[in-house]
Amino acid sequence: MSGPDIARAISRIAHEIVERNHGIEHVVLVGLQRGGTWIADALGERISSIEPNFEVPVGSLDPTMHRDDIGMRPVVAGSVSRIPCDITGATVVLVDDVLYTGRTVRAALEGLNNFGRPRAVQLAVLVDRGHRELPIRPDYVGKNLPTQTTDEVDVSVDGVIVTSTSGTQV
Amino acid sequence: MTIALRGGLVVGLQGVERADVLIDNEVVVKVGANLSGDVTIDAGGCHIFPGFVDLHAHLREPGREDCETIATASRAGAKGGYTALIAMPNTDPAQDSVTVIEFVREQARRAGLLDVFPSGCITLGRKGEALAPLGDLCAAGVRLFTDDGSGVQDPLLMGRAMQYAKSLGVTLAQHCEVSALTQGAVMNECACSSDMGVPGWPSIAEELMVQRDIELSRSTGASVHFLHLSTARSVELVREAKSQGLHITAEVTPHHLSLTEELLTTFDPVYKVNPPLRSMSDIRALKAGLLDGTIDAVATDHAPHARRDKELPLDQAPPGMIGLETALGVLLSAVDLDPMQIAAVMSRNPSRIAQITQTHGRNIVPGDTANLCVVDLDALWYVNPSMLASKSKNTPFVGRQLKGLLRSTMFRGEITVRDGVAQK
Amino acid sequence: MKHLRSISELGLEGVSRILQLTENMAEINSRPVPKVPALRGKTIVSLFFEDSTRTRLSFETAAKRLSAETMTFSVSTSSVNKGESLRDTIETITDMGVHAFVVRHKSVGVPWQIAQWTNASIVNAGDGAHQHPTQALVDCYTVREALGTKDLSGIHLTIVGDIKHSRVARSNIQAFSMLGAKITVVAPPTLLPVNVNHWPVTVSSDLDSVLGSTDVLYMLRLQSERMAQGLVPSLHEYSTRFGLDEQRVAKLPSHSVVMHPGPMNRGIEMLIDPSEIPSSLIHRQVSNGVSVRMAVLFDLLSAEELS
Repeated sequence: MSGPDIARAISRIAHEIVERNHGIEHVVLVGLQRGGTWIADALGERISSIEPNFEVPVGSLDPTMHRDDIGMRPVVAGSVSRIPCDITGATVVLVDDVLYTGRTVRAALEGLNNFGRPRAVQLAVLVDRGHRELPIRPDYVGKNLPTQTTDEVDVSVDGVIVTSTSGTQV
Repeated sequence: MTIALRGGLVVGLQGVERADVLIDNEVVVKVGANLSGDVTIDAGGCHIFPGFVDLHAHLREPGREDCETIATASRAGAKGGYTALIAMPNTDPAQDSVTVIEFVREQARRAGLLDVFPSGCITLGRKGEALAPLGDLCAAGVRLFTDDGSGVQDPLLMGRAMQYAKSLGVTLAQHCEVSALTQGAVMNECACSSDMGVPGWPSIAEELMVQRDIELSRSTGASVHFLHLSTARSVELVREAKSQGLHITAEVTPHHLSLTEELLTTFDPVYKVNPPLRSMSDIRALKAGLLDGTIDAVATDHAPHARRDKELPLDQAPPGMIGLETALGVLLSAVDLDPMQIAAVMSRNPSRIAQITQTHGRNIVPGDTANLCVVDLDALWYVNPSMLASKSKNTPFVGRQLKGLLRSTMFRGEITVRDGVAQK
Repeated sequence: MKHLRSISELGLEGVSRILQLTENMAEINSRPVPKVPALRGKTIVSLFFEDSTRTRLSFETAAKRLSAETMTFSVSTSSVNKGESLRDTIETITDMGVHAFVVRHKSVGVPWQIAQWTNASIVNAGDGAHQHPTQALVDCYTVREALGTKDLSGIHLTIVGDIKHSRVARSNIQAFSMLGAKITVVAPPTLLPVNVNHWPVTVSSDLDSVLGSTDVLYMLRLQSERMAQGLVPSLHEYSTRFGLDEQRVAKLPSHSVVMHPGPMNRGIEMLIDPSEIPSSLIHRQVSNGVSVRMAVLFDLLSAEELS
């Protein structure tokens, strides 16, 4: 997936969000740290150009404190979470770069509970690389990209890079 | 039954010579070449010294038999090469009456491993208020008096004690500590104590009393012995006093020659001792004092403490470390002494100060009581707490390399330790 | 095994890391539901051999907000009074399964001594006059928050009071000097540590002369026993020379702040009610206490398994 592909995916997802929710009046975008925050910002901008009358709130959430593997590997807190408005009754769209085992999303769902009770939570990801360990499914996907568990997937505005652990780019 | 010590180097009054020693019935009967006896002890590669004399050991009996008894301390002493110990009087009850003195002597006789010469208190109960019956105690054989554990704070009382001591021909030994300056102290007053936020024991708390007692000795003519000197200035004061012909003697412990105040930053009470571990410059001055004769003797200040007491927080733990079995090893790893010097500071000088030269710290010649020890001066070894004869194991020297190992000890012609193993 | 026992042991890297983590924790504390499961399954035991409601509750709240299990032993209720030794207490609790001890004791060095009897992490909540590292972390965080900057280099901290017997002073002097602050201590000579000239501080006994250049004024509590111990001639003289009153508050620059670790001795070092000092950070010190302690507990326990 190249840089332009990413831009197109973001544009498409933005449209899908607006369409699925019949407008964006109750929608709040929440980017998951660290990989999802720039995407949430980008989606926010794109949506503003689609629906110029509404400013969709964009926040970020650090799911670190809610992970289920604390104690099993070193934990580094991300930046401070910032939820810009009350999410009770809102439709929260969690935004992340890569969906993999689903554990980060589960942690984020739990984190959202600290802030209020959303009407609904949806999930937007740029890349779904498979290998789910929990019953989590995305509502909006940039691209489905089958990978090995030994691969590493890096997403940036310039594109997606999949590296196998022997170091060669796939 | 005759015992021959073969192949060793005899450290006599005149010098060191290669000779065998033959012992029969409590005395040395012959010193010469190629001697043989019914029992042979191989002293090859070792030096034969007059048995060591410790001027300063806490035997804890009566009162604290849970952490040491006269029997276990005797065994520890024998394993350290000692044939005589001066028992400190801070027992419970204190050694301020003839009954207690005789009890201590009797317990030592029963153990039969070395001679214990109990010291007497200077003041009743060591309270520092009224004199103990110095005359009675002297008549019962006591020649050294001290309130050790504490110093006598009142100069008037100390002066009176000195007048008495002079007339009796006994020696007063002082634990120099002005208690008003050391309230709650845990360690030397220094940079570390400041950083740790603990009350410190300033050097002047010792030096003020050293100075005071030097002057009192000057005016009364009494013999004063300073216990466990620990500061550079104390050494200077004693050097000056001796140069003026005053009757002053002094001792130093092996731990004050080798360990410094920084060890207290580990917060381990095993390093807590009175007087406290001091600085490198104090250690240098103490070593110099030992080498130039200002300090006459090395004394252990053997202070057994129960494990649970040394596991108390630093400020609550009692001060003191055991030392009978490690004294020589620590001394030689800290200071370079030749065999004549070792004999002087470990045996001959302390014997003189304790007034026990009839039987201890003697030359090694026919007719002398066979109180001897056989030592490998070059052996390097490590302390194994489970092998210590002392009932308590509060020593900071576990894991440190020591130099100089006791092989065998003879007490009144009987083998009390053979090849490092106590015989009873 | 990680411990938080002294600022020097924690080091600059550790101090910075904890202060950074505190921001995350402060955000969590601002949520409608200020609770995260980060330390779920961990057991944290408070051992307070010295009375302290404030610090003890601060730690307990911190532990609970991270979903840890907590247990408290305060000396009046424990069997330590019945002669059970410190070692027995630590070993017994360790046998029951504990991940961290939070310990306050009047004896210096206890947090180091007990480490040999347990594999749990040790947090020092105050050992004698030696260290109170979490208080120093709270104070650093509060100053950064109040002055609006993470860079404390060059700011002038003036600490007034019984430095000699103060664990708060020792920890704060280490922490603030690590962060680059300039520190002045103001006290009568009998209340200064023997070695103060080798500390990274300037010494003064004239409080009025340093107020004008002070950015952070930190008042320490003077215990009334100090007069009985002969360390100060009288409490009145102490208050006159070293107490904070209206006139002295007026001498501070307009941007400066006033702090106190609590509890206060009104009439001795505080001659003005803190509520009348607009620049007082005393309330922030208390409220930041929970966030800082959450950061400390998370930092110690989030990457270790109970072995």
